Amino acid sequence: MTSRLSAITLNTFREAVRDRVLYNLVLFVLLLVASAPVISQISIGMEKLMLVNLGLSSISLFGVIIAIFVGIGLVSKEIEKKTLYTILSRPVRRWEFIAGKYLGLLLTLVVNAALMTVGFYVALLIFTHGLKAADGMLLVAIYFIILQFMMMVAITLLFSTFSTPIFSAIFAFSLFVIGTFGNDLRNFAAMSQGATRWLATAAAYAMPNFASLNVISQVAHEQSVGAQVVLFNTIYAALYSVAVTAAAVLVFERRNLK
Amino acid sequence: MGTLHFSDMHALEIQGLAKDYAVGFWKKTSRTALKSLHLNITQGETFGFLGPNGAGKTTTLKLLMGIIFPTSGTASILGRDIGDPEVKRKVGFLPEQPYFYDYLSAPELLDYYARLSGVPADARQKRIEELLERVGLRDVGNKQLRKFSKGMLQRVGIAQAIIHDPDIVFLDEPMSGLDPVGRHDVRELIQQLKDQGKTIFFSTHILSDAEALCDRVGIIHKGELRGVGVVNDFRSSVSDKTEVIWLGAAALASVTDLVSDTHITGDTVRGTVQSANLDRLLEKLRHQSARLISVTPINRTLEDYFLAQTQDKDKEEEKEAVRS
Amino acid sequence: MKHNRKVTVIGAALVIALFAGSVIGRRQVEAIQGPQATLDEVLYLPSGKTVKRLSLGYSSLMADIYWTRAVQYFGSRHLKHSGGYELLYPLLDITTDLDPQLIVAYESGSIFLSQRVPEGAGQPDKAAALVEKGIHANPSYWRLYFTLGFIHYMDRHDYKAAEQAFQKGSEVPGALPWMKVMAARMAEKGEDAETAAYLWKTIYDTTSDNMIKDNAAKHLISLRAEADMAELERRTQAYRERFGANPANWSELVRAGLLRGVPMDPNGAPYKLQPDGTVQVEDPSQYSYLEHHGQGPAR
Repeated sequence: MTSRLSAITLNTFREAVRDRVLYNLVLFVLLLVASAPVISQISIGMEKLMLVNLGLSSISLFGVIIAIFVGIGLVSKEIEKKTLYTILSRPVRRWEFIAGKYLGLLLTLVVNAALMTVGFYVALLIFTHGLKAADGMLLVAIYFIILQFMMMVAITLLFSTFSTPIFSAIFAFSLFVIGTFGNDLRNFAAMSQGATRWLATAAAYAMPNFASLNVISQVAHEQSVGAQVVLFNTIYAALYSVAVTAAAVLVFERRNLK
Repeated sequence: MGTLHFSDMHALEIQGLAKDYAVGFWKKTSRTALKSLHLNITQGETFGFLGPNGAGKTTTLKLLMGIIFPTSGTASILGRDIGDPEVKRKVGFLPEQPYFYDYLSAPELLDYYARLSGVPADARQKRIEELLERVGLRDVGNKQLRKFSKGMLQRVGIAQAIIHDPDIVFLDEPMSGLDPVGRHDVRELIQQLKDQGKTIFFSTHILSDAEALCDRVGIIHKGELRGVGVVNDFRSSVSDKTEVIWLGAAALASVTDLVSDTHITGDTVRGTVQSANLDRLLEKLRHQSARLISVTPINRTLEDYFLAQTQDKDKEEEKEAVRS
Repeated sequence: MKHNRKVTVIGAALVIALFAGSVIGRRQVEAIQGPQATLDEVLYLPSGKTVKRLSLGYSSLMADIYWTRAVQYFGSRHLKHSGGYELLYPLLDITTDLDPQLIVAYESGSIFLSQRVPEGAGQPDKAAALVEKGIHANPSYWRLYFTLGFIHYMDRHDYKAAEQAFQKGSEVPGALPWMKVMAARMAEKGEDAETAAYLWKTIYDTTSDNMIKDNAAKHLISLRAEADMAELERRTQAYRERFGANPANWSELVRAGLLRGVPMDPNGAPYKLQPDGTVQVEDPSQYSYLEHHGQGPAR
């Protein structure tokens, strides 16, 4: 089982690499380099703040874009192109296929984010001429960004098991935007009455909450993130991701392919 | 490693496998792609699954591979239910017009598939090299599959179907898209697999290929298995059997050793006799005062059989439709 | 081969269980972070203009979101009587920068700001500034002049400014006539219980916010009780003048023809007659805004 699972995971990673997904790193570096002179001009004394905001937000956004663009095709492309025929004729379980695809895309995003983090720290070093202990907190922000990726990949994967790429992209992007305002959605729900309140609260919790996972402005202001927050956010993101991926498995297991 | 034969186990047992599709916008109407299929294939047999396009050949294969799920019925491969993924270790499949991951090279693809089929790590590299050699792709190197011609892809297809040394191989239109050289190579490969004792199930609409390679053939048309025949029976165009019809059922007793496939309707008897024994039969019947009605050489090729199964039934169905 | 119903049901149950587990984790995070988390950015944003640019053209949606945050921020502190409303003004400022026509932000938001701590933020000057911003962006909405006048009168005790606000408001086409009446009262009477009651009644009738409505109701019954007690004390004074001593109980006043029956407060409890002739309410905790005779506003 692990041999098959790792084979599918690594092949999914390989596909992303050969699809030139990692070229986005070039864009990221260009962005950092191009914005450097601008940053030092417009915000005296706030360079580090702006750099952290820009860097971390880019890592997050680039990753989400990749998660959506690659994620929507994870399963639908294989069904469309019938490459699944020679996979399913082998002793591969359908759930292994889904899990392998999930882990493969997540691996791609983690590697991408890791490389960006290195670039980001280099930029930070150049700017601030030395790192402080507080800069370790930035890693917490990046860890949370990866938790966000975990959830987004699960979501795009689920859509990919039953929807066409265009609709999957629309749904996934919408959920990303909604998730960004996750706390506000919950507030909206709390302000309504009666039956609407119940429905709105259910909807608010069904939607992913990326707002709690966004500690970028906190770490930009060199505030620390509590260990409890890290723990519970991890639990939230992990269980949510597994739940959504399990749903994807359920859908895929029952599906008659073309 | 040779293939194991358990004489009491069929290589493939299909029991009532059927597939209906819900069609239309509201999924209300039903289209039958495969009517209840019953078929047994013995180990070591090469079975040809013949039929016009759209007959249900690919549907059957997709059902067996678990790509789609049956509406009813079951099937087992080498004694295990087709729902059991473990059975696939011994199964090879070449789909029609296969599409593979075009960003991989041939060795990478084969390595990936070998891993998924459970080929142990130390054997993989060697097998891949051997197989590429065997299918005539020795010099492809690291060229990505997106650059392969149709014929080359078909060869890769066959390679991936047998990389894990399966006991039973399913091929869907293995000759499609190949030039005469390619077709010859594939035929040779199939013959090699036969010689190794593997069970081969392949679907095609090219009768000459079936005649050349198969032990038995099944004709499928409009989702229904119309008939199964032994290829040897069709092989010679010179008739070695003759059909005799006579009046005088009483005479049958004295000629039972000469006549087979007898049908008796009232006093009329119809039977088949080996052409070599024809004269002896006629003499015995004359002796018994039986009255000859007709003597017809049985002269059927596979093609005749195929056409008979696929066309006559159509005419009958039309008549039925008109009548009702 | 045909899918096992049981497996699918178990699978679905598993998905739901996992999801429920995730919600538990999320609620823990929310409990720790509180609504504060999203608001910290408010402190760090240079201005509403920046937010407007960042919202990529969806500024009125962002305004709604910020308004909701402002209400949540205010509401949670108001209910807990905890004070600490520092972010309220920045939130309202950003909201109204994003959508200058979001009237409710001016109308209700300014009341949240101007009310005394801990009911409100205790920032009447900022509140007045906010309303003026609203008037500037919405010159034909005369009711904002009412809100402005209200704030000047109630919380800033600047009767001149209140009079001017009502006067200007009355001049807006479509303004209801009582605006002129209010302007006149301001000029004439200064601080006056009847005027206050009228203002609070208007607020009670016109506001769309439940917290403000509740608050107005509280003010109204306190004003009612104040008025009642002042009148009752006038009657006991009359009694003292006639009979030379304070009445011992309400029945004596009734017998003297000064009262028709035992007087009840707005909550239905009888007023208490003190030996020194003053009157008090039975349960001061029900009257948040009493200032009568040292009973003081209840907390």
